[in-house]
Amino acid sequence: MALVQQAAAARAAAQRRARLEPLTELVRKDLKVKYKNSALGFVWSLANPLLYLTVFTLVFSFFLRNNVPWFAVLFMSGYLVWSFFNSAALDSTGAVVGNANLVKKVRFPRVVLPLASVGFAGVHLVLQLVVLFVFLVPFYPDAFGPQLWLLVPALAVAVVFTVAMSLLASSLNVRYRDVQHLLEIIILAWFWLTPIVYPVTVVREELTNAGLLWMFKFYMANPMTPVVVAAQRAIYNHSVVTADNGKLVQVLPAGGYGFYVQWLAVAAAISLVLLVLGLWTFRRLQADFAEEL
Amino acid sequence: MASPTIVAAGVGKRFLLHHKRATSLKERLLLHRQSSSEEFWALRDVDLEIGAGQTVGLIGPNGSGKSTLLKVLSSILAPTTGTVTVRGRIASLLELGAGFNGELTGRENIYLNAAILGLSRRETQRYFDDIVSFAELEPFIDNQVKHYSSGQYVRLGFAVAVHVSPDILLVDEVLAVGDESFQRKCLAKIAEFQQRGCTILFVTHALDLIPRICSRGVVLDHGRVLHDGDPVEAAERLRSLLGTGADQSGGAAVAANRPWIAAVRLFDGVTRAVHKGQFQSGEAMAVEVDLAGPAGTAPVRVRLAVTGPADVPMWVMGSDSVTFGPDGRATVRFTVKEFPPVMGIFALAVAVHDAATKVTYDVRRFSEAILAVGDTDAGVLEVAWTADQIEPPEVGTDIGRAGGATE
Repeated sequence: MALVQQAAAARAAAQRRARLEPLTELVRKDLKVKYKNSALGFVWSLANPLLYLTVFTLVFSFFLRNNVPWFAVLFMSGYLVWSFFNSAALDSTGAVVGNANLVKKVRFPRVVLPLASVGFAGVHLVLQLVVLFVFLVPFYPDAFGPQLWLLVPALAVAVVFTVAMSLLASSLNVRYRDVQHLLEIIILAWFWLTPIVYPVTVVREELTNAGLLWMFKFYMANPMTPVVVAAQRAIYNHSVVTADNGKLVQVLPAGGYGFYVQWLAVAAAISLVLLVLGLWTFRRLQADFAEEL
Repeated sequence: MASPTIVAAGVGKRFLLHHKRATSLKERLLLHRQSSSEEFWALRDVDLEIGAGQTVGLIGPNGSGKSTLLKVLSSILAPTTGTVTVRGRIASLLELGAGFNGELTGRENIYLNAAILGLSRRETQRYFDDIVSFAELEPFIDNQVKHYSSGQYVRLGFAVAVHVSPDILLVDEVLAVGDESFQRKCLAKIAEFQQRGCTILFVTHALDLIPRICSRGVVLDHGRVLHDGDPVEAAERLRSLLGTGADQSGGAAVAANRPWIAAVRLFDGVTRAVHKGQFQSGEAMAVEVDLAGPAGTAPVRVRLAVTGPADVPMWVMGSDSVTFGPDGRATVRFTVKEFPPVMGIFALAVAVHDAATKVTYDVRRFSEAILAVGDTDAGVLEVAWTADQIEPPEVGTDIGRAGGATE
C-alpha cells in the first residue's frame, strides 16, 4: 500500500512538474492555427518588419522629415519590442475568456493561457529581430558591437513587464469584460507616451525648456520607456548624429551605458512588483473562472 | 480499508444567481451594492471518502449536483465550504474533446489535448499509436478535426484522456456517446483501469451499469448525499426517488388468486437466443410472457407496450385470447420483425386482462429493459408484429433476471 501511495505521490509531483507542457503546445497551436491555410505561412510575419522599415524610411525621409539619418532603424528598434508588448497584452486579455470551454471542463494550470499569448508574441519578436538583423548586416553595420548586449536586459525587463500585464488583464477581463476595450485605448495612448516615433531626447529638451525637468523622471517610470530606449541604444548605437542639414542632433540621452542600466533597473523593480501583483490577482480570481465564464 | 485517495469533508458549493450582474466596470460602479442575487447551494455538506481502487457510481436526478461535485473534486470549481484532498494523478472526463481546435489535424490535437491534460510531449509520442488505434482513426489522423463526425471527435477525446494513465478517473456521463462497439471498448478500458488499481468516480444515468461496474453507489439529491453504499440499493433508491419505481410484481394478483405474469423474457427474434435488450433498428425482437393462474382460469389477453420517456407508449401490442393449460400455465410470444429506427432507453410494460370483462389482472413494468441503438432518431414507427400462443417451455427465466445474468 505504501508503495502504491509513493508511486501516486511521485506521479502527482510529475504532474506539477509538467505544468509548463501545455504552454509550449498552446503556443505551437496558436502558431499553427495562425498560418493554417496560408500559402506563405511564416513569411508574412517576416515580411512585416521589412515592410515597416521601408514605409517608415520613406515617411521619415520625405513626409515627416526629421533629418535624423537612418531614423527608421531607431524607430524599428523600439517598435519591435513595443509590438511584442502590445500584441501579448491585447491577446492575453481574451486568453481566459476565449478558452471558456477549456476552463470550464478541464483541470490544468490556468496561468498557461495568458503565458501562451506572451509566448506567441515572443516567437514573433525573435523572428522579426532576426529579419531586422539580416537587414542591418548590409545596410547598417554600426549596429553590431558590444552595445548589443544591452538588448538582453532590455528584453528581459520587457518579458517580465509583459507577463505581469498579461496576468492582470486576462484575469480581470473575466470579471469585467470592458477591460478589453479599456486596454485598447490605454495601449494606444501608451504608444504615444513611449519614445518610439520620436526620440526620447525631444521630451527631455521640451521639459527642460519648460522648467519641468523633474517630470522627466515620471516619464521614464513607464517601464516600457527604458526598455525601448535601451533597445534603441543597443541597435541604433549612436547618441549624437550629424543631421542631414549638418547640425549635430542628440537622439539618445547618453553615450555610455549607465543611464540605460540605471533606468532598466528601475523598470525591472516596477515590473517585478507588478508581476507579484499580477500573480496574486490571477491566483485570487482563477478559482472563480469556471463560474464566471 | 485502503487509504482514501479522495477526501471531501463538509463540501458545499454555493452559486449566486444574479438577477442583475455587474459585468462591466460601469455597471459595477452604478450598481454598487444594489445588485440583487439569490443563493443556490448546488452541494451541501458532502462528506465523501473514496479509497484507492474503488469504483464509485455517482447518480441522482438532474440538477442534483453530480457534475458540480465532479468539478469541485477535479478543482475546476472551488468549494464554498469544506475541503477537498486528492492524492494522485487525476484525469477528469467532463467533456470529451474539450479544447480541441477544429483547424488542427487529429494528430496535432492529440499533442495539444494530451499536454493540457498533463502529458509531456515525449509521453504523448510513446502513446500516440495506441491513442490513434483506440480511437479507430488511423486513416483520418491527418485530417482537420473540424471535418470529423461527432462520433470521431468524441472517440479521439476519450482515447487521449484515458491514455493520460491517471490514478484517479472522474467521468461525467461521457459513456453515453459513441456507438455500441465504442461503448464496449470504453467499458473494457474502465475494467482495465479497475484492474490496475485506478480509482474511478463516474456519473451516469444508465442505472443498470451501476451494479455491473461499481463497488459502491452514491446518490445525490439537491446537493446532499442521500445514499452511500451498496450500488444495487443506490440504483433502487434513485428509482424510487424518480418515481419510476422498482419492477412492480403482481403480488396482489397472486393473493387474489387471479392469473398473473410469471415471467417475461427477451429474445433475439431470429436466433431465439436470450437477449440482453440492446437492439439495432431492423433487428428482430421477441418477447415471451409466461402466465400462471389457478386451474380453469377464463381466457385472458396480454398487452405489451414499449414505452419511452414519460411513459409515452412507442407502440402497443395485444394478443388474442389466451387459454390456460391444465397445469395453469400459458405463454405468449410477441415478435417484432423489424425494430424501428429509434434510439434511446425504453421500458417494457406487460399487462394481462380478462378477455371478456377487460378487468386487469396483473401489470409488470421493466424500466430500461430495451436499449435501442437505431441509426436515426426519427421516431416514425411502422411495426410489424405477431402474437402467437406457443407451448410453455420447460424452464423460463424472467426478463429481469435474464438482463443481468447473460453477461
